[in-house]
Formats: sequence, structure tokens, C-alpha cells
Amino acid sequence: MPSLFLENLTKRYPTGDLALDSVWLEVPEGQVVALIGPSGAGKSTLIRCVNRLVEPTSGRVLLADEEITALRPRRLRRIRRRMGMIFQEYALVERLTVMENVLSGRLGYVGFWSSWFRRFPRDDIATAFSLLERVGLTGMEDKRADALSGGQRQRVGIARALIQDPDLLLVDEPTASLDPKTSRQIMRLITELCSERALTAVVNIHDVPLARMFAQRVVGLQAGKIVYDGLPDGLTPDVLTQIYGEEDWLAADREYAPTGNNLVKSELQDQGRLAGEG
Amino acid sequence: MASPALSQETARWRPPPLIKSRRVRCFLALIVGLYVAAAFGTLDINWARVADGGPRALRFFSGFFPPDFAARWTAIVDGLLESLWMTIVATALGVLISIPIAVGGARNVAPLPVYFFCRSIMAASRTFHEVLIAIFFVKLFGFGPFAGVITLTFATLGFYAKLLAEDIEAIDPAQAEAIKATGAGWLQWLDFAIRPQVRPRAIGLAVYRLDINFRESAVIGIVGAGGIGATLNTAFDRYEFDTAAAILLIIIGIVMAAEYASGVIRHRLQ
Repeated sequence: MPSLFLENLTKRYPTGDLALDSVWLEVPEGQVVALIGPSGAGKSTLIRCVNRLVEPTSGRVLLADEEITALRPRRLRRIRRRMGMIFQEYALVERLTVMENVLSGRLGYVGFWSSWFRRFPRDDIATAFSLLERVGLTGMEDKRADALSGGQRQRVGIARALIQDPDLLLVDEPTASLDPKTSRQIMRLITELCSERALTAVVNIHDVPLARMFAQRVVGLQAGKIVYDGLPDGLTPDVLTQIYGEEDWLAADREYAPTGNNLVKSELQDQGRLAGEG
Repeated sequence: MASPALSQETARWRPPPLIKSRRVRCFLALIVGLYVAAAFGTLDINWARVADGGPRALRFFSGFFPPDFAARWTAIVDGLLESLWMTIVATALGVLISIPIAVGGARNVAPLPVYFFCRSIMAASRTFHEVLIAIFFVKLFGFGPFAGVITLTFATLGFYAKLLAEDIEAIDPAQAEAIKATGAGWLQWLDFAIRPQVRPRAIGLAVYRLDINFRESAVIGIVGAGGIGATLNTAFDRYEFDTAAAILLIIIGIVMAAEYASGVIRHRLQ
């Protein structure tokens, strides 16, 4: 049974831009899919159509067996609890504390007055503390989000998504504003957490080597259409040219390790290879 | 790093003029010049009366000295206290009423009909000056501080709601989107995504409005809406210029103190 199923999904913006053009995609439970493609290919639109931050023009989205695209606002809010989202530039509420940001992931579960007075259930607070520990932010709970570094902020973003206790993670360019080393650490953290919790994940990423390194499956999007769907190893220069356009892919490739998920090896390579990225 | 290839022409760079056509520029300058000259010509100045005004002003201002704080001290204190509580009550009420109107008047939060409704409330409040509104409310509710409080509350509403609504419209949409994605309800979304982003400005504006309201409370008293302005008006009516001078000095002192304090508070909030 697929965890996530996109059926003939199309999005045309009021400006006339066709961001998604009849996309069909099945993601089985527990799979981490990297969605790659040039800017404007429709990656962000695609994951926002899943939790309906963007309303699809036509087509259906199913999570497990529930048809997200048919839900009315109240039911939509309920199902959004099952989809954790991690953002480009973190999208933390800058003036709130780390703890408030993490606990905001529980807003779908608690009543208005409890959240207004920041009186969250004990279990939620305990979970928040253990998640902060898991993402390496022990003792940071009372810092304001805008006092953290980029990598730390994204860790808060990850904790906020996970405290929702989601079935599905929607991850939008999680490393776009991070340095190469932090990018790898964040991607590693996300994929580790996905395997620990058997989460399905769709990860938008425009860094092809990172996608290769961490995803089990890569989907290439070009002008709103899926042009590649397969293993990371299948991303040959020809395929990359089809997704991104003409470029000397082998030259860029030599900068990176050609291996797939070999974490130990890439760990060692972190030191020497920072200059070549970006 | 001047390149030798640069010609004399390109090296003499000037910023482009606001109005491109030289002819249009000269024409506009001519029109403005003519109008100003004509306006001065229309102004009928009776120099004899201007000359008379000098000594009269001298007499008038000498009536101010020395300022007399003692003769009407209780009246002055009563007026001041009245002005102060009018200011505080009106600001608190105004801010409280403004917040929902500001939320409704922010295009990124409210649906279009609500937006238009709230924006028209703001526009109505901002159309007239406090003095005109005060005259209206004094006619409705009679002389005294009640009319003053209603006036200042109404004036606060237009000011505060409009500026707060603009701040809500300028929030970072990514933070708002992130909270929406958690499945938060609408009020929770306002609380977690909008409130933290606008809070510093909301407090700063409230302090600033408190300062404005005190100044206005002195003015609207003159048209009968209570407070220190009423005391000042009475002093003028009785030709007690020395008492009036004392009241003016106190108003100046309080306004300066309030302005300084609100400046410090707003600076701290940045």
C-alpha cells in the first residue's frame, strides 16, 4: 500500500504558469524520495500541494487511503498533523523561544487556550525535550530562535516537524542556506530519523550529490513533469542533462564521491571537499 | 582605476534628472514661479496693523510673567489628573478595540469583505481631526471628560489599527506558512505566527499613541472636552494670563517627558 499517492496532479497559478503538469507519483511507506530539478521546476509546488498550502488545480492526493484533496478545512487541519514539514530558511517563528517553536508542532492537537497560555500537556513537553536532545540542542530550549546559527535553526525545524508525530515528512530545500558540512549533517539527521521512525519522506533538494548520497530514490522534475524516477545511481550525465539542461556533468561529478550511501566515507571527505561545493 | 579609453564625455557623469525633458522642466518652473508671485500679490498685508501687533504682543506676553502656579493650583492639578486619566483610559480602550480591526484590516489575514469593512472604519476615524471629532462628541454627550475620552478613543482607533494592520501585512509569510502546516487552528495561527512578529511594533505604537493622546487631551479641552485644556481655556477667558502661562509650562514639561520616555521605550524594543 503506498503511503503517498499523487494522481494526475496539476497546478496552474493564476498568472498562467503551469507549475505541475499531470504528475503521477507513488511513494511506498518508509521510503525517502529526493525530488530534484532546476529552480521553477515545480518542486516546492508539488510538496505544498500535498498538505494543501497550495491548492492543486486538478488531480488527487492520497495519504494512506485518505483523499487530502477532498477534505474540508477542519478535516484538512487534522490531516496536516500527520504531515510534518521542514522548510528552506527554516521558517521558525524568530521571536519565539526554541521550546515554543518545537511545541508549535503540537498546535493541531491542543486547544486554543492551552496554547495561548503555553500550557502544553506534560507528555508533549517531555517529548519536546527528548527531541531537542535527539537533534543535539540540549539546554537550548529558552533561547530565542533568532539567536541560533543556521544549522541549529534547522534542527529546531526538524524537531518541530517530528513532534507532530507524522507519517509523512515534506522537506523543502532543507540545506539551501547552509554550508556544505552542515548540509550533510542535516541531511544525515533527517534520513536517520526517517529510518528510526519508518517515516515516508519527500525531500526537495537541488544539490544533486546530496540527493545521491542520502536518498533511496530520486525523482527528477522538469517544467512540472517527472522526467526521471529511479535509483540515485541512475543519474547519468544524460539524465542530468534531461533534467537541468546542457552542462559538463562529469566535471562537476569529480568533485564528489561517486558512492551512494556510504556515510563513513563521506564523513571522511567532509574535511577536504568543502571548497568545491556551492 | 580610470581606464584610458574613457572619453571626456563619459567621465562627466551627472545623475539623471527627475523630469527628463528640459523643456517640461523649464515650463513647470515657470508655472510654479508665476503662481507663487500671484499668491503673494493676492495676500493683502496691512503693514500698519502688523506694526500695531508688535507692542500688543509685548503687552500680552508680559501678562504671562511671572507665571502664577499658586493662585489656581487645585484647578490646575484637577485638570492635569483629568487629562492623564483621559489619556490612559482612551489609549487602553482604543488599542483594545483596534487590535481586532487591525487583524481584519490586514489583507494577508482577513477575507476581502472583512478587509473592506475594517479599512472603512479606519478611514472614517482618520478623516477628521481630533478637534472636529471633539466638537461633535461634546454636542452629543455634553461638556466634560467623557466626550474627551470618546474622542481620543475614536482617534486612537484609526491611527493604531491602520499602522498595526500595515505591520501585519509586512510579516514574513514563511513563518506563517510553517505554523499553518502544523494543523494549527486560525486563532492559534494568529497567536503563534502573527503575534510574535508584530508585538514590538504594537507596544511601540501604543506608547507613541499615549504620548499623542496627552497632547491632544490638552487641545480638545479647549472645545469643551475636559482635562487640562478646559482649565487653560478658563484661565484665558478670565484674562488670568499668569495662570495660563503656568499651565502652558506644565504641559510643555509633561509632553517633553512623555516624548522622551516613549522614545526610550521604543528604542529599547528595536
